This record gives sequence, structure tokens and C-alpha cells, in this order.
Amino acid sequence: MSEKIVSMKTYGIIFITLVVLTIVTYRVALIDLGVFNAVVALTIAAIKATLVALFFMHVRWSPRLTRLVIAGSLFWLLILLGLTLADYIARGPGWTHGLRYPGNP
Amino acid sequence: MAETTTVTGEHLEVLAHQFDDPKQQRQAGALGMWVFLSTEILFFGGLFTAYTVYRLAYHDVFAFASNELDVRLGFVNTLVLICSSFTMATAVYNAQKGNRKWLIVFMCATVMLGLVFLGIKAVEYAQKFEHHLVPGSHFSIEGMDPDKVQKAQLFFSLYFAMTGLHALHMIVGAGMMIVLILMAWRDRFSPEYHTPVELGGLYWHFVDIIWIFLFPLLYLLGRSTAGH
Repeated sequence: MSEKIVSMKTYGIIFITLVVLTIVTYRVALIDLGVFNAVVALTIAAIKATLVALFFMHVRWSPRLTRLVIAGSLFWLLILLGLTLADYIARGPGWTHGLRYPGNP
Repeated sequence: MAETTTVTGEHLEVLAHQFDDPKQQRQAGALGMWVFLSTEILFFGGLFTAYTVYRLAYHDVFAFASNELDVRLGFVNTLVLICSSFTMATAVYNAQKGNRKWLIVFMCATVMLGLVFLGIKAVEYAQKFEHHLVPGSHFSIEGMDPDKVQKAQLFFSLYFAMTGLHALHMIVGAGMMIVLILMAWRDRFSPEYHTPVELGGLYWHFVDIIWIFLFPLLYLLGRSTAGH
């Protein structure tokens, strides 16, 4: 019957962490790290999203069935991204010739 | 609507007849919301996939085009949304504790922050129109050769599609929040029954998560090369 009530202290810590990570992601983006700029930016975004989901959205205290639905949706997202990229990258060098945009014959 | 309504104390407890107890009802509600959010993840996923393919193909042009966005406004908007997620979480906390007054106060704060976000977004969109950065016949970036301009249009098409869909979700979220405030005003929630607040919160946080990814992908991707 009783429902897990997350303390305001926990919410406060998560909030401050999210603000700090936002500042970090902006600062790091100004430094030229080559391809690692994207890696760092997406890693920080993934950490922030996980914190929001686990604490603000109470996933940490959710039943297994709910977690399964979330894991399932992320798995399907991975299929969408993974297979699409596998197709384009497997076309080899010059794969961008097949892409269409305004003005591309 | 087959609902049995029983009065417990001064609050109304609403338990639909197909559920054994409030806990089962609450968990079923949250599960249903997550199934809906799954469809939303894949809805936005299509745009994220399109973005990824085109960014891999035209990385340099995308980085250049990205630097035309106002990163300060994007940064402030990220903080505004994080604050709104915090006030929403606080609203849910007060719903669970049965503090009706603070539930209303924090939901109002959440709506206000949502409106601030949309206001800043509107300023950004207006700037894009002024600077000829809206895809179409008036699109132009000075000093860029015509083929690259076409590719830069792709970036701005994705920018408007992704932030536009996100802004639409913010508008829906704000409308939903106003309904929740009215329900709270009429004393419809109690520590035993506040599922609508909880589910509204899930939606609001989801929209925040989308922006957490949109900000680095759209605003930050070319910043390290901006000075070159």
C-alpha cells in the first residue's frame, strides 16, 4: 500500500548534479577534442537522462514490469539507430552520394 | 466511467473496480504511461536517427551551421527545463504528502518555467527568421558556397523539426499541468490518490530528457571549432 516517497534532499542533490553537468557539458564543448567532443557530450547527456529517469521519474523504485517496458523501448531505439547506420556505413566510401537534400541532383 | 467513489475523511478516494487496491491501480497507471512514453521515444528516435545519418555525412557543414544558433539562449533554456523538472518532482512529493497548497504552488512554478522556455524558444525562432536561417527560398549563409548552403539547410530543417516537435510537447505539457492545477484546486488529490500528478510528472520529465539530448546535439556540436 505504502508508496516510496523520495526525500527532498535526494531531489536537491540530483537537481544540483544536473545543473553542474549542464555547465560541464558546455565548458567541455568549447575545447577541441576531435571526435571525442561528441562522445563526451553524449555520455554526459546519457548520465543526465539516467538521473532524471531513476530519481525524478522514480524508475529506481518501479516494479520490474515497468523497467522491462523501458528497457524494451531503448532496445527498439537501438535497432532503429543500429540497423540504419549499419546500412549506410556498409555502403562504403562515397555512401553520402545516395543521400538526398534540396539541390542534390 | 465505472468508478466507485468512497469518502475517507475529507478526501475522495477513487479506486476503479477492476483493481484490487490503490497500489495495483497506481502501478498500472504508471505502466500505461511508460508504454505511451515508449512510443514517444521511438517517435523522437526517428528524428534522432535522421540527424545522426546526415551529421555523419556532412559533419563540417553541420558544425558550421550549428554555430549560427544562439548557444547562450540554448544553455539558459536547458537550465530552465532542469529547474522545471525539479519543481515538478517537488510537486509530486507534496502530492504524496498531501500538502495541497504546495502541490499547487510547485505545479504553477512548473508551468511558469515551461512558459519561460517557450518564450525564449520564440525569441530564437524570430532570430532565425531575421537571419534568413529558415529553410526555403530565402535561406542564406554569407560566404558559404551554394552546395554547402543546401547542406546547411538540412541542419536547419532538422533543427526546426526536432525543437518544434519538442516545443509542441511542452505546450501539451503546460496544458496538462493547468488541468492538474484545477484538479488540485478542487481537492481531487490525496496521499492515497494522486496518480494524475504522478503521470503528468512522468510526461514532463520525459520532455526534459529529450531536451537534454537536443541541447548538445544541436547547439554544441561545432563550438570547439567556432574560432577557426
